[in-house]
Amino acid sequence: MSDHEYTPNSKFGKWFNDRLPLLTLASHLTDYPTPKNLNYWWTFGGILTFCLITQIVTGLVLAMHYIAHADMAFDSVEHIMRDVNYGWLIRYIHANGASMFFLAVYIHIFRSLFYGSYKSPREVIWIIGIIIYLLMMAAAFLGYVLPWGQMSFWGATVITNLFSAIPLVGEGIVTWLWGGYSVDNPTLTRFFTLHYLIPFLILGLVVLHIWALHVPGNNNPIGIDIKKPSKDTVPFHPYIVIKDGFALLMFMIVFAFFVFYTPNILGHADNYIEANPLVTPAHIVPEWYLLPFYAILRSVPDKLLGVVAMLSAILILAALPWLDTSKIRSAVFRPLYRQFYWILVADVLILGYVGAMPAEGLYLLIARVATAYYFLHFLVVLPILGYKERTLPVPLSITEPVLGGSPNLALAKNKEKFEN
Amino acid sequence: MRNFLRIFLIIILFFGFSGISNAAEKVEYLKTDWSFKGLFGKFDRAALQRGYQVYTEVCSSCHSMKYLSYRNLAEEGGPEFTVAQAKAIAASFEVTDGPNDDGEMYTRPGKLSDKFVMPYDNVKAAQAANGGAYPPDMSVLVKARGDGVDYIYSLLQGYEDPPVGMSLDDGVYYNKYMYGNKIKMSNQLSDGLVEYGDGTNASVEQMAKDVTTFLMWAAEPHLESRHQMGFKAIVYLVILTILVYFSMKKIWSRIETEV
Repeated sequence: MSDHEYTPNSKFGKWFNDRLPLLTLASHLTDYPTPKNLNYWWTFGGILTFCLITQIVTGLVLAMHYIAHADMAFDSVEHIMRDVNYGWLIRYIHANGASMFFLAVYIHIFRSLFYGSYKSPREVIWIIGIIIYLLMMAAAFLGYVLPWGQMSFWGATVITNLFSAIPLVGEGIVTWLWGGYSVDNPTLTRFFTLHYLIPFLILGLVVLHIWALHVPGNNNPIGIDIKKPSKDTVPFHPYIVIKDGFALLMFMIVFAFFVFYTPNILGHADNYIEANPLVTPAHIVPEWYLLPFYAILRSVPDKLLGVVAMLSAILILAALPWLDTSKIRSAVFRPLYRQFYWILVADVLILGYVGAMPAEGLYLLIARVATAYYFLHFLVVLPILGYKERTLPVPLSITEPVLGGSPNLALAKNKEKFEN
Repeated sequence: MRNFLRIFLIIILFFGFSGISNAAEKVEYLKTDWSFKGLFGKFDRAALQRGYQVYTEVCSSCHSMKYLSYRNLAEEGGPEFTVAQAKAIAASFEVTDGPNDDGEMYTRPGKLSDKFVMPYDNVKAAQAANGGAYPPDMSVLVKARGDGVDYIYSLLQGYEDPPVGMSLDDGVYYNKYMYGNKIKMSNQLSDGLVEYGDGTNASVEQMAKDVTTFLMWAAEPHLESRHQMGFKAIVYLVILTILVYFSMKKIWSRIETEV
């Protein structure tokens, strides 16, 4: 929080601000002291906000033309693609936007993992982030059902059937979710409603996410606490705004390339075949961003345990601030953690890859090993590492290693000394 | 950094091997140059018109194209028949309309606003006429097949005698590009099957290419404007990115940190 009090210049501004301090909020946001050493991995927060707004705006337009009915949904999507002015553009932005959203969120999450942004005092920001991520997955899954293609239908069937693994009430829950005895029109209409609702829940949580961020302020690449405002910080505007803007534009170039030149490469061809309950596709695969969890689900032979494993794989992230026992935030000063970090990245990529392959033979074996390692990383490696790892000396402040000739002079063993 | 490179290498190798093992199982599709590929890809107008002819004279007796209207034939970025030609094409089809004031259905010549007339009244009728197999609607067929135009182009030319020892049921044919090699559509194309108005030699290869081009347009009617807009959008973004980059450098030069 910025320290100085804000008073509007104009009389009306003052009158209004006394009643609703919007101008104080705006002033806080522009002056918000930000660590000046943030690298480009920190620009994905802004990029994600852009993604969310893009999805909401394009989704709104699509909803004006889309018909949520089992007999008409597929036709209405083709109507959008052919007859609605620039409908193809809006739909391709929305469809590829989902992938771009997940690409950005994965970079954002893995940035947090590398620089320890989830650690005290930022646990609440992190947990809100995990809830946003869960809602994003729900929204993406629900949205993928709406075009009512083969993958929509069978994806919906597979995922909703997971609930049947719950003992005793499972079957009843699935029937309740479907609104009938199979995925059909009632399922589609409720999925459409929920798909429309969730982005606004996400938007609300994003506000909380940013609010919670503005209490302790940003973490930074060397992961130390900094004084705010100080020589170590810059005001959010214009420094961070222009940098985020630059990164966003680079991101938009990639985005545009997908939309205009390979709009269907991230989707599945089967979704251009209208849903048919009598024909099962050869391989039912989710969208790429859900593949690692799909691999975990399938690597467990028991259905219920598979579902538990898949959910745990996501929920375990919420416990991360307490599973990671190291006091040092940034992996820059944690030589061992850095290695395990990259192994985890590789592990998740491998899970994603085997998730797209048939669950048999070597693929299944790899999926099982990778699943086991995933949990091992969080439940065993991280807690032990905090005690065993010999970390590198951490600098006192961001400016000191830069300004002082020898960084060693600026190093301090404990941070408390600095804070006093 | 070294560790990162090591892991990166492992992943590359991993994907490399899996790529190779996949490639071994896959058939090589027949290759041809598609005018609509690439950043500036456009449809070959003449090929689209010939492709439409192949569709109408050959495919349309079994395959519907329910999302296309006759007006599309005259629209920009498509076969670009003249409006008069498109009207004539539409009028050559008989469309069931109604009910009229007497409550009766009646037939009339097609109009530009009509959808392509379907060969069968419904899916069941189509199946009954084709030994139980439904000839898929062709409107988005190219996008509904993983390998798209290459697959369809190859499939049309992929009919062969089955390998020794393979027995085929009645009404099932061997095609080396079909998934599973068994297809219920017999070989449709033969040299000189249609007579092209522009004098192009109607070889099997030519017809396969023309009709596949037509199907690509049918599935993606706004492909040309997409490519054009994409180029403009990306050029715009690149210029803006460069400008913002220099602005950023200027702003950050006020403090001593590197951006």
